[in-house]
Amino acid sequence: MDYYLMGERAAVMQAPLPADAAVQRRLCALAGGLRAEGRYIDVVPGMNNLTVVFDALALDGEAVLAELAARWQDAPEAGAAPREIVIPVVYGGADGPDLAEVARHAGMTADEVVAAHSGAAYDVFFLGFQPGFAYLGGLPPALATPRRDTPRVRVPAGSVGIGGAQTGIYPAASPGGWNLIGRTAVTLFDPHADAPALLAPGDRVRFVPA
Amino acid sequence: MTLEILKPGILTTVQDLGRPGSGALGVSPGGALDAPALETANRLVGNPPGACALEVVAGPLAIRLHGDGWLAFCGADFEAQLDGRPLRRGWRAAYISGQVLTLNGPRAGMRAVLAFGGGIAVPQILGGGGTDLGAGFGGWHGRALAAGDRLPLGPGIPLARAVGVAHTEADGWVRALPGPEYEQFEQESLIWDSDWRISPQSNRMGMRLAGPVLARTTAGDLPSHAVLPGVVQVPPDGQPIVLLADAQATGGYPRIAVVIAADLWKLAQARPGTALRLRRCDIGTARRALVQQRQDSYRLARSLEGT
Repeated sequence: MDYYLMGERAAVMQAPLPADAAVQRRLCALAGGLRAEGRYIDVVPGMNNLTVVFDALALDGEAVLAELAARWQDAPEAGAAPREIVIPVVYGGADGPDLAEVARHAGMTADEVVAAHSGAAYDVFFLGFQPGFAYLGGLPPALATPRRDTPRVRVPAGSVGIGGAQTGIYPAASPGGWNLIGRTAVTLFDPHADAPALLAPGDRVRFVPA
Repeated sequence: MTLEILKPGILTTVQDLGRPGSGALGVSPGGALDAPALETANRLVGNPPGACALEVVAGPLAIRLHGDGWLAFCGADFEAQLDGRPLRRGWRAAYISGQVLTLNGPRAGMRAVLAFGGGIAVPQILGGGGTDLGAGFGGWHGRALAAGDRLPLGPGIPLARAVGVAHTEADGWVRALPGPEYEQFEQESLIWDSDWRISPQSNRMGMRLAGPVLARTTAGDLPSHAVLPGVVQVPPDGQPIVLLADAQATGGYPRIAVVIAADLWKLAQARPGTALRLRRCDIGTARRALVQQRQDSYRLARSLEGT
């Protein structure tokens, strides 16, 4: 594990790559504990890393790094069983205009792509890009498809896409370069809800054809 | 007590000190880009320092004021008038119901903060009242103000007389610490030694800088990580981007530098087309600058007591 400061008010811990789901679950459990204690301004997981933002007048950066190192030693290897979230998806058609392109690239039929995508279990690594957008690990390697040469100006909310070796769901309409294979009616982000984001780091996600 | 927007200006938004604890949801910290100006304007009109106010980028802004109260503007210098009578930056002024406030400019700087006694009464969402333009929530219906909007104000406190504060002008210099990937650049010192021209493609998410190409000796993206306002990212084209309050919560570009928190307000006031210089400093300087800023804020609060 690598520990370093990012400016005078953020400390980062980074595990060696390639990214590992077990390490990520342990980091997420540690993040949850640190957030509950309320000593830091923010605690944000990334790809096998964790950043804490702190009040630079109240805390010393080196002390925060030492605290993170000590806490990582004590963090349990395996947390509780992950929460499983099932997301119904309408694959193909107007909801997934790039399904045929993904199938062509994978050398599969569209039905095989749907079976492979909905047959896998995905780990929520972290959220970013937009509120509630989850970076998911676990895409079957055969489905990896390069991003579109020209991003779409507007991707509808709920679109399920594949970009490189990643899959994800756009919580809100936005520009986007991923290949769209389907769409869900599930709300991914509602700022007014008690739990604004449907998905949290550490969750397990399954897609089912709607 | 209502603000009736007659002319909205170019990008007028409700802002406060942001929602800094929401990064794990993918939500940016947001808030006024010139936070000290927001605090000062709020203190002048008797509000808590983080009350909701308006961030004004460019006029023409015209607001009909319903109800009597106090207002103040800080930050960028605008030609401001109340029913045609000039208002001074950094001073509070009393208004009476029916008067029209206009702002044209800016003449200097980039963003003004306009505070009203009682603050703008909008719901707190995820710990903040400000507008998240990218995600479309917070502030006034998640968007910039439009003509016809009527914004409610909270109850203000009675104030005795007009008072003002001295203004500090942003000077085009910001202090920064070397970032985590600083040593991965071929000529890392170029970040300190160059005049960086601020691109017109800058916005509340980030300030794009043009200058010499910053080439990296190490190839490849970084694993995505949390980022903060002030982080200076370098995408593959070698032209740095200084992240601002509405930046995405995570990123993967190498970080050559991090602007210190005490100097972030200067970025808010730097105009496209002008030059920005980054001056290297150490963590001790960064912390002392933050102490100084907080002391100035408390001193102002004390000096305004009973006025």
